[in-house]
Amino acid sequence: MIRVLGDFDLAEDAVQDAFAQALRVWPERGVPTNPGAWITTTARNRAIDRLRRERTLADKTATLTRLAELEALGGDEIDMSGIPDDRLRLIFTCCHPALRMEAQVALTLKTLGGLTTGEIAHAFLVPETTMAQRLVRAKHKIREAGIPYRVPPAELLPERVPGVLAVMYLVFNEGYSATSGPLIRIELCDEAIRLARILQGLMPDEPEAAGLLALMLLQHSRREARTGAQGEFVVLEDQDRARWDHDMIDGGLALLDATLARRRPGPYQLQAAVAALHARAPRPDDTDWPQIAALYDRLAEMTPSPVVELNRAVAIAMADGPERGLALLTPLEERLGDYQHFHSARADLLRRLGRADEAAAAYRRALDLATNPTERAFLERRLAELRAP
Amino acid sequence: MQYLLLIYGDENAWEGMSPEDQAEGMKGWVDYTQWLKDTGAHVAGDALQPTTTATTVRVRGGETLTTDGPFAETKEQLGGYYLIDVDNLDDAIAAAARCPGAFGGTMEVRPIQAFDEEGNPS
Repeated sequence: MIRVLGDFDLAEDAVQDAFAQALRVWPERGVPTNPGAWITTTARNRAIDRLRRERTLADKTATLTRLAELEALGGDEIDMSGIPDDRLRLIFTCCHPALRMEAQVALTLKTLGGLTTGEIAHAFLVPETTMAQRLVRAKHKIREAGIPYRVPPAELLPERVPGVLAVMYLVFNEGYSATSGPLIRIELCDEAIRLARILQGLMPDEPEAAGLLALMLLQHSRREARTGAQGEFVVLEDQDRARWDHDMIDGGLALLDATLARRRPGPYQLQAAVAALHARAPRPDDTDWPQIAALYDRLAEMTPSPVVELNRAVAIAMADGPERGLALLTPLEERLGDYQHFHSARADLLRRLGRADEAAAAYRRALDLATNPTERAFLERRLAELRAP
Repeated sequence: MQYLLLIYGDENAWEGMSPEDQAEGMKGWVDYTQWLKDTGAHVAGDALQPTTTATTVRVRGGETLTTDGPFAETKEQLGGYYLIDVDNLDDAIAAAARCPGAFGGTMEVRPIQAFDEEGNPS
């Protein structure tokens, strides 16, 4: 749609119209045999209507050209098999280096249709209004500066890759730990993995593309074990490892090993290596925590961030005891004071040290910040356990 | 779409160059202009005299204020421009990246805002 219309807003509006009509029509007449094609065709017709209306207002040459292109597409013969490419094309357009990195990621998440502005804001730890402004500015620049809607030619691919990988990673993360609703949004994880696979096939020599795919596979392999019978959150050390998807683990490990052998490490490969150490441990006690801490050391060198420091502190706590981990967490409070996982990690270390009152206070701070009901339930359970040992 | 490629650089660098380097540098600009013309992208292009020749003009309260020098003192100065007509921003960036001004200096790529007869953006 966007490729033909050359206009994000018009395409977005047209697709929204089409979905609205689907909600009215499908319950009465039944779901069409190919719902995707139905939406595309309806959206196309809606866009034609809108453009015709625009034309009567002002006879714009560009409008006429787009109208002619749309009408030339025909009605029923729109090829639905083109959608994966369309999505990838969309990602590459959104990840244009002329846009700021954050805007690249946010725009893709929004336009891919998976995430709301609120969810994207959550992923970036910024207020929703800030994120809304960024999205408007990015769309404006795409339109006014003539950023083309296409998968770029081969020579331009390398500079786009960091943005594209970051987008897939954030889509996956939102699926892995959703802002609202159930803990895991499988469809977002699946979509991120699917796109990462296409990209990795497109760029087999890019080790970070393979690293990211391996990371996703290794994380996603635990999806069944991460929630219990009542949908409650199960932490890594309490998970039933027999419920991990071992085929997926094998796929991820093979890909990672082949990629690490190229000796061009990067942040995604390092994170995948951490996930691999978890995946390789038959029991929680077998986990090679010193090695995980060492990997986070390297990661902190490559991409300094307080969240990486937090993970490193947790790994050191597991390797050398909670007291050392706690000492490393304290200086992070200034930067991570509004980050739920900082407080839950701190609470967990305090709990292990038997400092129940401080642990309870930290769990309460985490609860103040937690939005996902499954995570909230987990934190409340931990809090209750502290009161009644 | 039309784009203006604004060429920023250290205008004193040229004076410090040997005559041979200057001749080679000049050839680079001539070749680049010819390349733009060959690809059909060239609309216009000029070099500017150095900022020592610049005059800044403002009208405030009905009064014209004229001062010596450029609007802003910066490390890199606007030294010239090309107006090009290409398909999209990628092509404009590719054209800017070939310009001799991009080597050592900085190119700013700005889309032209066109208006119709009523003054509406088009």
